[in-house]
This record gives sequence, structure tokens and C-alpha cells, in this order.
Amino acid sequence: MSDSTVLTHLQRLEAEAIHIMREVVAEADNPVMLYSVGKDSAVMLHLARKAFYPSPPPFPLLHVDTTWKFQAMYELRNKMAAESGMELLVHRNPEAEARGINPFDHGALHTDMWKTEGLKQALDKYGFDAAFGGARRDEEKSRAKERIFSFRTASHGWDPKNQRPELWNLYNARKNKGESIRVFPISNWTELDIWQYIHLNDVPIVPLYFAEERPTYEWEGQLFMADDIPRLERVLGYTPEITMKSVRFRTLGCFPLTGAVESTATTLPEVIQETLLTTTSERQGRVIDKDAGGAGMEVKKQQGYF
Amino acid sequence: MADSEATTDVIYKTDDLIAQDIDAYLEQHQHKTMLRFITCGSVDDGKSTLIGRLLYDSKMIFEDQLAALESDSKKVGTQGAEIDFALLVDGLAAEREQGITIDVAYRFFGTEKRKFIVADTPGHEQYTRNMVTGASTADLAVILIDARKGVLTQTRRHSYLAHLIGIRHIVLAVNKMDLVGYDQATYDAIVADYAAFARSIGIERFVAMPISGFKGDNITGPSPNTPWYTGPSLIQHLETVEVDTTADQAKPFRMPVQWVNRPNLDFRGFSGLIASGAVRPGDAVRVLPSGKTSTVTRVVTLDGDLDEAVAGQSVTICLADEIDCSRGDVLATADAPPQAADQFESTLVWMADEALLPGRAYWLKLGTQTVSATVQAPKYTVNVNDAGGAGSHLACKTLDLNAIGVAEITTDRPIVFEPYAEGRTLGGFILIDKITNATVAAGMLHFSLRRAQNVHWQALDVSRAAHAALKNQQPAVLWFTGLSGSGKSTIANLVEKKLHALGKHTFLLDGDNVRHGLNKDLGFTEADRIENIRRVGEVARLMTDAGLIVLTAFISPFRAEREMVRGLLAAGEFLEVFIDTPLEVAEARDVKGLYKKARSGQLKNFTGIDSPYEAPENPEIRVDTTRESPEDAAERIVDHLLGWAPTI
Repeated sequence: MSDSTVLTHLQRLEAEAIHIMREVVAEADNPVMLYSVGKDSAVMLHLARKAFYPSPPPFPLLHVDTTWKFQAMYELRNKMAAESGMELLVHRNPEAEARGINPFDHGALHTDMWKTEGLKQALDKYGFDAAFGGARRDEEKSRAKERIFSFRTASHGWDPKNQRPELWNLYNARKNKGESIRVFPISNWTELDIWQYIHLNDVPIVPLYFAEERPTYEWEGQLFMADDIPRLERVLGYTPEITMKSVRFRTLGCFPLTGAVESTATTLPEVIQETLLTTTSERQGRVIDKDAGGAGMEVKKQQGYF
Repeated sequence: MADSEATTDVIYKTDDLIAQDIDAYLEQHQHKTMLRFITCGSVDDGKSTLIGRLLYDSKMIFEDQLAALESDSKKVGTQGAEIDFALLVDGLAAEREQGITIDVAYRFFGTEKRKFIVADTPGHEQYTRNMVTGASTADLAVILIDARKGVLTQTRRHSYLAHLIGIRHIVLAVNKMDLVGYDQATYDAIVADYAAFARSIGIERFVAMPISGFKGDNITGPSPNTPWYTGPSLIQHLETVEVDTTADQAKPFRMPVQWVNRPNLDFRGFSGLIASGAVRPGDAVRVLPSGKTSTVTRVVTLDGDLDEAVAGQSVTICLADEIDCSRGDVLATADAPPQAADQFESTLVWMADEALLPGRAYWLKLGTQTVSATVQAPKYTVNVNDAGGAGSHLACKTLDLNAIGVAEITTDRPIVFEPYAEGRTLGGFILIDKITNATVAAGMLHFSLRRAQNVHWQALDVSRAAHAALKNQQPAVLWFTGLSGSGKSTIANLVEKKLHALGKHTFLLDGDNVRHGLNKDLGFTEADRIENIRRVGEVARLMTDAGLIVLTAFISPFRAEREMVRGLLAAGEFLEVFIDTPLEVAEARDVKGLYKKARSGQLKNFTGIDSPYEAPENPEIRVDTTRESPEDAAERIVDHLLGWAPTI
């Protein structure tokens, strides 16, 4: 026996995520990977390619679209789907589309209809019984207690009081009729782990994570990027004051809901540097957690938000 | 108050390096290792406060979270004007209201040397299952004791569980030292008390330290308040203990196969997470349970083939020979393979509200193997609450929620295993309820029972097909199920008469009749009812082997047992006949006067009255006796059996 090889934390996290993905493929009937094009999704997709190499990952990618994502996200999404050899499914809630639901006029309803309802519709439409998600336990308090294999009722609800115990690395993937599973392979990763992994593995990410001169405007006290000015004008009913600023994004969602931060970090090490030195938490740029006081995310998840 | 700011900075020395040389920082952090540990202790021992402190010190909370924490501390905190670190980790809304932690929560923090994953497990005794869950993945356990209270029943319980689950490193953290004036005598007395107890349950080594999670003493470095303590601080200790995956590399190679990777005809690889040992191209390996051997040709990853892979890595292995190998098999070093067996002694931790039913079939998942398994009545339960003797044995018939017991387990086919003490992956298992799909127990295999190795199947010359051919019929079991008085025996009897008249060889097993002989030792408890059906199922199987058409008339109220019998028989040979008579109709008939007795309380555990009946969901044949006469029903059943008419 040779001297022991000490595995790094990233090697162990990677091995765990791969193990989880293979268990799902072996035990679920119709799995899918939810792909939001953010950095966590990027890592998850990279892990999937590792897990099944030299086969392509044996499940499709599902993007639950709101039509309000950044253009750069749509570009990377299409490129990555082609590169990985995976089928890309895009779902847009037809009712939200018909009613013109948008983040300015409809506030919380925007997230509810496009994302929460849209996700439910897509899972039902294709009959997926297991969906990989890129959520991490360090993101938010209620996530810290969620299992890696997290069950949803037929109506996609989450019951935090009735979770199956998860022991060792044994996952019970057996479902009751109508139930589905959300699987979180990167549950145990932190934001820093994600960045380091991207750095070490050259994982492609959306350029919006790097600082660049971009057209910005202020709305309700926060700085946003004017990704599609004509559309902004239509919805706002006026032309916002556009200023060119060197900004980047710590998290990516719908462009009118994702606050930009002023930054000069143009390389990955600089982004990591900035992330480490920063004093505000990652999700602060997103409006979703703040509804309903401290329990925002927990309530949303009981309703079926991912 | 102690101020260990200086040491905190050394351990979490990040900001300057990050600001000055991010590349050097990243390089350093890419070589960190990972340790998983659990914290356990009684309610109010300060677990959440300690974890909150670790997160806070390692800067794993941000300014906005801190602001929220400060305002929450004033609103709902229990520390007056000071920061209540516990609020950082008590996640779910219900808990915040109750002020207690109720489930396993995972937390993350890091130092210069390691990333840590902490499982915060609750102190309430009804939550054994959460503690065992958190402990199952831990390299180390921190047992917290309130210095004012000393070793409590809960301390004993948690220590016993940590030891049971095989945690190699135990830390005794005597907390709240600030509240006893950092008194050495108090500390020494607690450590001596714990040492005596630890020895009694088989814990050979533990590391004790005096701390204050609230004030920060001996967390990151030596505290000036405890000059008499010369051991490591908590973080120093956590940074240096050996992690399990490293220790596992010294064991023989084992990898449960998760998935066969076959993108095209030219590639066939076996994917899995290496449980122990190491593997290199050229190594001789054996596929278990078949025992076939081959040689490793490649260890494949997306980043290129590896010269060596070790315990804790997920890989894909190619072999030189085209041998059978699929999910559930285990790849192992050829000269020291694990064994396969189908009967074991095991320790079970029961995790469901519904108690263990000895004799009932559950799914058992171990590694990547899932088999059907039954548990015998436990030999004993382990008393982990008794103030004097945690670990003493008590007689028992079953296991209730949070009970720990030792019992024999039988699987329906041999599984590849190792004693749990030698490896968690091939020794730890879960039991899954076949109907609700809930995870009902965690278990640890200790050894295989010799019986499994010594009882061999006797191959017979006159086969089951030959028996059936001579009788010119397809063997089958018509399993009549329904409430007492539903008409099972009546209709079964008519069916048998008709089959007999057609020259078929039949036998009717009647519920009342077998209880006069074969099953006269059984009563009507749930466990006895399950055993009753198991025996009848086995007899029915023997009779089908003899080529007979078997009719059984039993209430057989539980779906799981009917499915168990279905599983004993060849596909298509089990026909479930549901005699669907509503309770009020059966009770009105009350042919044997049993309902009257049951209603008056003279008869206990009577199906439909004080014991449940689980109706079949998809019976092959359903008879509604309120709309179909016994004669017509019998006719239809015969037609169905002999393939003369479609099912209705």
C-alpha cells in the first residue's frame, strides 16, 4: 500500500455530487436537470458531464424561462447545451406570457407565475420524477435543513417536518404515486467552493459575473443593468436614466430583479477576491428572500418554489 | 471576559493575503481537506451558540446577516442585549418560535487548513433518528456538557449513539466554563465522571477541553482564563484529526457498482464511489457476488485516465474481460474480497412512528444493493436512557420509534457485505417500508449467521414443470382476501368444486382450518397475523411447486403481506381475488357471531372494528358481493383462471 493520498475538500465534494447524480440516474424513471444558467448551474452541469463521461449525461436540461433573463444568459445556455450533447427544454408559463407578467408591474407575482408555476407546469408536462437543482445549504436557513433527496407532494409542496432521514450515502429514491424528488447534488458546497471549483476546472460562466462597462439605471434604490432598453421603456412607461458604469453581478436572475454591484474585478481571481472581502451576503441582491420576513424562502418552498 | 482576538486572526488569517495576493490565497485553499463532525448535547447545552460562534469567527456570516442577527437578538434572543449566536443556526420558522432546534441542520465554515461541515443535531430524546442521521456521515463528534450540570442522561445517550455509529474521534467539550468561574476542579470532576462512563460503553479515547461558546474560550486558541488547560483549542483539534476517507485507504479495495457506463459498443465501464482502498490499472479484481475475476485496464475520468484512484473518489473502471457486472455488484481486490450472505445479526435504529413488524418484508438498501428483507423479533433493545447503565439490555417484542435493538435479518438473496466495524459502506443499511416508501430504520450488520452458509438448496430431478405437466395444468394461487364474513370461504369453496369437476388438481387452504394445526401457536396481534400469512404463503408456494392450483381464504388484512406472497411466486401465478363486501353488510350477516363479540369488546384486534383492513389497489379479480351472487362470481373466477374470459 502506497502512502495515502489526501483528498482535498473540492475533490470530496465533487465525488459526492457525482455519486448522487449516478444514484438518481440508476433509480429514477425520468430525471431532468434544472438549469438556470447561473454559476451554481454551471458547476452542476460540469459535474454531470464528469459523472457520466464518456457518455453524455443521460437526462435533458430544463430551463424555466421568464423571458426577462439577461441576453448573455440565453447565449451561454444554448452554447452549453450544444457542447454537452444534452437536450435543452425551455418552458415559459403560457399564462404569464399571455398576461404580460413582468417584474415592474407585478412584483412577487412575477416570481410566482414564471418560476414557481412555470416549474410545476414543466415538471408535470414532461412527467419528470426527479429534478436536479443547484441549491446549496449555505444559501439560506431553511435550505440548511433540507435533505439532498427532497420529496414533493403531487401538488409540489414541501413538508419540512416530514423529511426522510438520510444516512451515510444511502439515498431512498422510492416515491409514492404522484410524488417527485428534488435532488441537490451540491448541497454541501459553499459559495467559495463554487468559485474555487470554477477557477480550477475552467468551468464556463456567464460574462456578467465579471466587471465591465454596462448601461445601468437606478430603480427603488438599487442599481440595475438596462439589458433591453426598448423593453424597459415599454414596461416602465418612461425612459430610465442610463449611466455607463463598471459593474458585475454576484448572482443572476431576471435582469430587472438582479441588483448590480460596482466593481473592477475582470478576472476570476479578482472576482473571488472581491467575494471574499465583501461584507454583504450573496442573496442580498435578490428581492425574493425578503418577502414574509425571515421565513420568506421556507414559505415559498412549501408552495413549490425550487 | 477573555478576548482571543489575536488567535482568531491567526487561524482565519485571510483578509491581508486575499487583498495582497489572491493567487497565493487560492493556491493555499485548493489544498484544504474536509472534516465532517456533529455537535450533540442536551437542550440548552449551547450547541447552536457554539456553531454560531464558529461561523461568526470564521467570517461565514456577512454584514447584512449580522445586522439581521442583532435585530433578531433583541426581538427573540435569549441573551439580553448581547448577540444570540443560536439565532444564526435555528432555521425553520416553527423552531424560531419554539426556541429549539428540531431537525438535522448542516452548517459550513472553514479555516486555513480545513473546510468543515457541521451537523447540528437536537438534544431531545425523541429525536434519536436525527442524531444517528447526522452521526452517520461524521468523522468526529463534539459532545457538549454544561459545566454547571455535568454528565446527564442525554450526554450518555449521545455518547452511546456516537460510539454505536462508529465515530472514531470523540471530543468532550465542557461548555459554559464562564458560568462556573473557569474552575478547574469542576472541569476535572466532569471529565473523570465522563471517563468512567465512556470506558463502560467501550469508548477507548476521547479528548476533553474546557470551553465557552458564548465567550469564545479555547475555541480558536488558548484562553487566558484557563491557564491550567494545556491541550489544543477546539479548532486546533478539528484541524488535525485524521479524516475517515484517509483511514479508509489502508483497507482492501471495494467499490459498489452504481451504474454501467456504455455509450457505444467500444466502451464498457463500471461507475462508482470507491468505498475503501485504492485501485490502479493492472490490479486484479473480483466481481461480487459472482466471484469472477478480471484485471483493471483503465480508471476513467473526464480529466483523463488516472494512475491511481483512492477511497472517496468517484470513478469509472474498465476491465480486461467481458464479464457480467451490473448495479448492485461490488468490485473488490481479487485476493481479499468481501463475503456474501443472506442472514445476519444486526443492530437497528428504528426511525418510524409505525413500529417494527417482525416477519414483514421491507426493502433493505446497502451500498447499491436493494433486496427484500425480513427482521426477526428483536433479541433485545438497548437502554440508552437509564441514568446508571446506558447500554444495558431489555427484553422486547418489537422496536418503536427511536428504539435501538439487536435482531436477525434475512434477505431474499445473498448480499455482499462487510461487518459495519470494518466498513460503513458495506455494513450500514436502511430499511424502507414497501407500501409507504418511508425510510423506517438504519441498521448495521455485525456478522453473517452460520445457518446461511450451511443450508443449501437441494436440486431435485423431478422439476416443478414436470409436476405441472403431469397434471396438465398451470399451477396458480387464487388468493381470496376480504373482511370476516365477506364470503371468501363460500366463493373459494364453489370455485374449487367447479375446478375439481373440470378435472383440475386443487387444494383449498382455509383461514380457520390452518389455525387448528399449522398455525395453532399464533394469535391475532399484527406480528402473529403476518407470520400466519407468511407460513400460508410458503405452503402455497410448495403446493404450486407440486403443480397444484391453490385457493386460499384468509382475511389477510395487510397489503404488505399479500405483496410478500406475490413476491414468493413466479410472475403471473398469484391472482389476488378481492371479495369486496362493505363492513356494514358483512357485519349485518355476521355468520359466526364474531362482529357482535368484537363490538362488545370480547374479541380484540378484529379486522374492520379495531384493526385495519388495507383493501387491494389493483386486484386481478374483484367481486362485489352486493351485486353478484357467489355462484356467478365463482363462474367468473374459473373463467379468468383458465383464460376463458377477460377480467372485469
